[in-house]
Amino acid sequence: MNLRATGIIFRRELQTYVRSPMGYIVAAVVLLLDGVFFYATALGPEAGERLSGLVLAGFFYNASGLTAVAAVALSIRLIAEERQTGTQLLLDTSPVRDWEIVLGKFLSALAFLSAITVATLYIPLLILVNGKIAVGHILIGYLGLVLLGSAVLSIGVFATSLTRHQLVAAAIAAVITGVMFLFWELSQIVGAPLSRVFAAFAIHGRHFAGFLSGLLHLRDVAYYMAVTYFFLFAATKVMEAKRWE
Amino acid sequence: MVQLTDVTKYYGRKRALGPVSFEIDRGDTVGFLGLNGVGKTTLLRILACGLRPSSGIVTIDGLDVLRDPHEVRKRVGYLPELPPVYGDMPVSDYLTFVGLLKGMSREQVARRVPEVEEYARISEVRDMPTRTLSQGYRQRVGVAQAIIHEPDLLILDEPTHDLDPVQIMEMRGMIRALKDRHTILISSHILPEISETCDRLLILNDGKIVASGSEAELSERLMMSRRMAVTVRAGGGAAQAPEAVIAAVEGVTRVERASAAGRGDGDGADAGPATYRVEGAADLRATVCRALVEAGHDVIALNRAERELERVFVGLVGGAKS
Repeated sequence: MNLRATGIIFRRELQTYVRSPMGYIVAAVVLLLDGVFFYATALGPEAGERLSGLVLAGFFYNASGLTAVAAVALSIRLIAEERQTGTQLLLDTSPVRDWEIVLGKFLSALAFLSAITVATLYIPLLILVNGKIAVGHILIGYLGLVLLGSAVLSIGVFATSLTRHQLVAAAIAAVITGVMFLFWELSQIVGAPLSRVFAAFAIHGRHFAGFLSGLLHLRDVAYYMAVTYFFLFAATKVMEAKRWE
Repeated sequence: MVQLTDVTKYYGRKRALGPVSFEIDRGDTVGFLGLNGVGKTTLLRILACGLRPSSGIVTIDGLDVLRDPHEVRKRVGYLPELPPVYGDMPVSDYLTFVGLLKGMSREQVARRVPEVEEYARISEVRDMPTRTLSQGYRQRVGVAQAIIHEPDLLILDEPTHDLDPVQIMEMRGMIRALKDRHTILISSHILPEISETCDRLLILNDGKIVASGSEAELSERLMMSRRMAVTVRAGGGAAQAPEAVIAAVEGVTRVERASAAGRGDGDGADAGPATYRVEGAADLRATVCRALVEAGHDVIALNRAERELERVFVGLVGGAKS
């Protein structure tokens, strides 16, 4: 497998995040809200006393929602914008395979999202300095955020491959992600065996619970990787179909 | 170099192209001429491997575009109607990106980018983001990206789209300079753009090729007669008026006075120069000139009618439309 073209597209897309205001806006909003939520739940007058591990779990819980929203925001332009501006023709008529385009774009968004996520590290470090938490808990929590971000990004890449309109792509990505978040709530109110099916497919809830408390389950890692693979594969197929249209 | 056999393209039930069949030899510069919406862009996008034909066979350099699209894309440079530039990228970064995307090594790209920048005369804007460039510069950047990997086949879709007259002349100069190195296909709905740069014309109408050949061949084959414009200053001692002299030349089928300038009305002695449109069965420029001089008139100018091919074009596509 030759990843040369993927690398070329990865670098270009990453430069776009750095050059455009959009990347900075997403990063600023996520970091601000992470800080505000942390202050409100752990440091503010309403916070109360809690175990450090629970404070860290609370941070990862809030961060997971923000990561999902940021993933949608970062991914919707990836392919739709190319179609909108006509640059997709350059990719379509270049000796580059569709999966290389999809992978390059996805990895650039994942790298940028991961950088934003890592920039919140000061929060767990504050807890580490003032309380007692395991470094492993922090690492596993961050792994969970990156895996969740990866899954939602892949949904966004799939959505953006479907249309030339970024707003439509955002709506499609939001609906798919929202429904997959809701699967966990649904699993709590319906009876078996449907509850097990919903829980198994929920993008949050059961699969993210381990990461919140610092427990690493191979099952959860496999789930997020499978979701990522599925939606990137679907996006590639859409690109293949549209390339010749 | 390029071979199409019974190629069609349908969008749903609507036929956008074909069936068309033609061949283009290596080194040719071929113009696709037709009104908007007759299938020029569809045809060029099929050749650029950006669109799948509904039926038929397309080969470029012996490679089937459907079986070996990856290999074909390495051999083709394509400039769509709107240059596919990324607004946030400086020109040099953009050309480097395209070069790498086309399969060139970093060393090749580093050598080639300054070359194409100089060729397209965009060196002075190399560090500027493409969104800040004028349409003329963007179009030049578009040409630069199309030739960066030195493709065998260069496809330019409406290369003078949205350019001012000076930019159009510059673009024509660029295309002429590329003729030695590439097989070039150009599309346009503007006749002079095509006729001044191409060796051969393919005229499209309703998705089909309705005529092909050089400008002279098309005129000869389709007009069945030759036109010229002759500007004459009537001689004082001439026995016959210029119009009568021209009409008497063997082969002339029609003489029509187009304009007069000067002191008199153009018919008599001392009148200013007058221009006559002459139609004949063959190229009668030499014969008409000789007859006028022998009759005592001065020939100021003698040209083939400027809009000769335009009449062919309008006759072929405009006539069909109406």
